[in-house]
Amino acid sequence: MLNTKISKEDLERISGVNTRKCMKCGKCSATCPNFDAMDYHPHQFIDMVDKGNIAPLLESKAIWTCLSCMACLQRCPRSVEPAKLIEAVRLAVVRQQGENRLAAEDIPELLDEDLPQQAIVSAFRKYKK
Amino acid sequence: MKYSYYPGCTLKTKAKELNNYAIRSAAALGIEMEEVENWQCCGGVYTASTDEIATKLSSVRALAQARDKGQDLLTLCSACHNVIKRTNNEILNNEDFSMKVNNYMGSDMQYHGETKVVHYLEMLRDVVGFDTLKSKVVNPLKNKKIAAYYGCLLLRPGEVMAMDDPENPQIMEDFIKAIGATPVIFAQRNECCGGYQTLNDKSIAQSRSEKVVSSAVKQGADCIITACPLCRYNLEANAVTELPVIYFTELLAQALGVKEVQ
Repeated sequence: MLNTKISKEDLERISGVNTRKCMKCGKCSATCPNFDAMDYHPHQFIDMVDKGNIAPLLESKAIWTCLSCMACLQRCPRSVEPAKLIEAVRLAVVRQQGENRLAAEDIPELLDEDLPQQAIVSAFRKYKK
Repeated sequence: MKYSYYPGCTLKTKAKELNNYAIRSAAALGIEMEEVENWQCCGGVYTASTDEIATKLSSVRALAQARDKGQDLLTLCSACHNVIKRTNNEILNNEDFSMKVNNYMGSDMQYHGETKVVHYLEMLRDVVGFDTLKSKVVNPLKNKKIAAYYGCLLLRPGEVMAMDDPENPQIMEDFIKAIGATPVIFAQRNECCGGYQTLNDKSIAQSRSEKVVSSAVKQGADCIITACPLCRYNLEANAVTELPVIYFTELLAQALGVKEVQ
């Protein structure tokens, strides 16, 4: 059972992000190369965490589909760094018992001959604790 | 010049050619790459949180070993470079992180950010020099139009990676000119290929990779070069549009005339 009692303070501590620095220009979401696959967009993570509306983010698809490509982080004019906050929300989920997104047992059927090891270790870093 | 060299997991397995051509080319340029002993996988991606310590220790061990030898740490894979350089930066700028890391490390391997992390491309630009490289080219790749794909990991976060302008880079284009070819600038050159999404939601990796490859094709590229095995995989396996994707070190070895040397 997912614990949704994660506070704004928890997420700000894990991420190092100060949501109050945001000036709501929307550039982070405008530049997100994976915008269509995100149910909540980078600017919404900042805004919703700021307001303490965190439960929907913990159950979102976006914490899994974020590419961690740092486009939003790089292009934020206020250095709010949304990617770090999305990472913190994902960690707040995968650090809980039974909330891993990927298991070692899933890997064999996902393999193909050319798949680099780098893909597997990266996916484990993102989806498993 | 001699470097400590961190190859990483994929360069010993699926991306052997990225590694082998790099070592061969470096030797031709008077650069020795001494592999870090017993290196451990960097983890592939840097976890950007203030409280993740253990996942970064493999990088710290490699950094400490290079320091003990008095060498800079040379990286080649974009992902390893990103993880190790950011870990080093965190140790230098975050006292709390540095303290916690060193609590894990034990008294014989304390580390405080002394090592300089250098990507192979930076070594070519800043130590060898692109002019010198150009003078050593025996097989210039004339008439070849090459699209340099940076992806996300080489350049970002720009302040930490400090390799080049994160939005308008030129290091790989300068490399392409040095080996006698023509660089092709394309819109998607520093946008993500989809990365690890190939294992989570393949359609995302397919959509991203297709955007990247078709953008390079539109600008008339003959091929794409990369320093990242996962970028190469995605652009080849997950894009519909076909364009050869090659490690930059393979073209380097070809230009230097050392590609076939055993």
